[in-house]
Amino acid sequence: MNDFSDALSSALLLLLHWERDLAEIVALSLRVSLTAVVMAAVIGMPLGAALALFRFPGRQALVVLTSALMGLPPVVVGLIVYLLLSRSGALGVLGLLFTPTAMIIAQVTLITPIIAALVRQVIEDLWQEYAEQLRSLGAGPARALPTLLWDARFSLITAFLAGFGRASAEVGAVMIVGGNIDHVTRVMTTAIALEVSKGDLALALGLGIVLITLSIAVNATAFLVKERALRRQA
Amino acid sequence: MTGGDGESILPLELQDVCYEAGGKRLIKDMNFRLEGDRTTMVLGPNGAGKSLLLRLCHGLLRPAAGRVVWHGAGGGDPARHQAMVFQRPVMLRRSAAANVDYALALRGLARAERAARVEDALDHTGLKRLAGHPARVLSFGEQQRLALARIWALRPQVLFLDEPTASLDPAATHSVEQIVTALRGRGTRIVMTTHDLGQAKRLGDEVLFLHRGRLLERSPAADFFAGPQNDLAQMFVAGELLWWRRQKRKLPTDVDPREGPR
Ligand SMILES: Nc1ncnc2c1ncn2[C@@H]1O[C@H](COP(=O)(O)OP(=O)(O)O)[C@@H](O)[C@H]1O
Ligand SMILES: [Mg+2]
Repeated sequence: MNDFSDALSSALLLLLHWERDLAEIVALSLRVSLTAVVMAAVIGMPLGAALALFRFPGRQALVVLTSALMGLPPVVVGLIVYLLLSRSGALGVLGLLFTPTAMIIAQVTLITPIIAALVRQVIEDLWQEYAEQLRSLGAGPARALPTLLWDARFSLITAFLAGFGRASAEVGAVMIVGGNIDHVTRVMTTAIALEVSKGDLALALGLGIVLITLSIAVNATAFLVKERALRRQA
Repeated sequence: MTGGDGESILPLELQDVCYEAGGKRLIKDMNFRLEGDRTTMVLGPNGAGKSLLLRLCHGLLRPAAGRVVWHGAGGGDPARHQAMVFQRPVMLRRSAAANVDYALALRGLARAERAARVEDALDHTGLKRLAGHPARVLSFGEQQRLALARIWALRPQVLFLDEPTASLDPAATHSVEQIVTALRGRGTRIVMTTHDLGQAKRLGDEVLFLHRGRLLERSPAADFFAGPQNDLAQMFVAGELLWWRRQKRKLPTDVDPREGPR
């Protein structure tokens, strides 16, 4: 118990001083996960919307695939991206392994299916409700797409935040493809894993507190966005 | 004044139209022709196929057999000159005014023209003070009026209404009927279903009576309510329940609906 309270007080001190190392780690985490979620949204939103609205060959398979990929273990994604990026891999020439870019690629792979699957569900439900009216007004699925995305905007933000939550919390994928290199690819989750294994609980706990705060902030935002939407637009 | 721009897309003709779903034939050999500026009421018990018929006419459903022909459309797109109001209004998550504007934008109207029409439509439907309100928080009756404001702004030549007052109170029903009458006065050809026989009498010039996917009678409204020729229609007007089971009565032979009202 003493260990814990010592660690906790050192952690709080660390946070109070907000040292460069700590700030660097937090900043890299945010940069990697935010970039990943933006890119995953750019891919996943149109993909999810297309799966919801259009009937094309292979659609069913893609629907199943996105749902299945939602639950992918991060280490497996890390492993696959590692194999692709390693020197003998298909993308080895790019020399991306153990860079933040590799971590972003891994996280994009991890959360694109999540965003695509959530967006598909949201857009499908909305299209179900709107289809007849919009078709009567002269809008087929393609013309309706921007309307549906706009009307689903609050739910889409939730999908986006879910993706961000998953990206910033995972450790397996970024560990494998980033390598947890100090000042280069060390992010909050990999730092925590390392510090704990070294027995330095203070930094681990400090980062843990930052992560939890972030997670609460993300979820509170999601909640408030939904609430506001319900109150304003029904 | 005509309901839309250019030539009328009427007459509308259904030629041996059938519709099937779930392995069942739900609309059977429907034949009739609509023209002129009368208001047509489509009546019949629940499940008769009224909603399906309206959707087939409007192009939301494709017939399994037969054809829906807009004789006046020429090479143009008849869909541009029709509109439909559903039993449950469907509003987008934006303001009342923006909902009307959206429909006009889909038809490719310029911004200034849209703004003028939106204002005029909200004015005529008594929704001016709600223009900036989110459409989906309006009451059910207000939303149905907003659906009609959309129609007012679109100025269709032909309007299909599927039980537009089915879940409205008498006051809201009254205002919907007033707007429908005004639309008709502007030259919009109205085709409407209702369960409210009083409403059918108030608004209808002629009646199409449907039962189990068949058109059993077509008469001028006055004649229909004075005494329909068809026994099932008689029972319907008398307010009796129509049973699905065949054993009670043989279906009378169909009138030839192509003739229209005598
Ligand atoms: N997609 C469908 N699949 C199977 N049956 C349907 C479908 N749509 C409508 N029906 C059936 O067709 C009949 C006519 O429906 P409808 O046109 O909605 O009747 P109403 O005259 O009450 O408007 C009903 O018995 C209904 O259950
Ligand atoms: Mg119906």
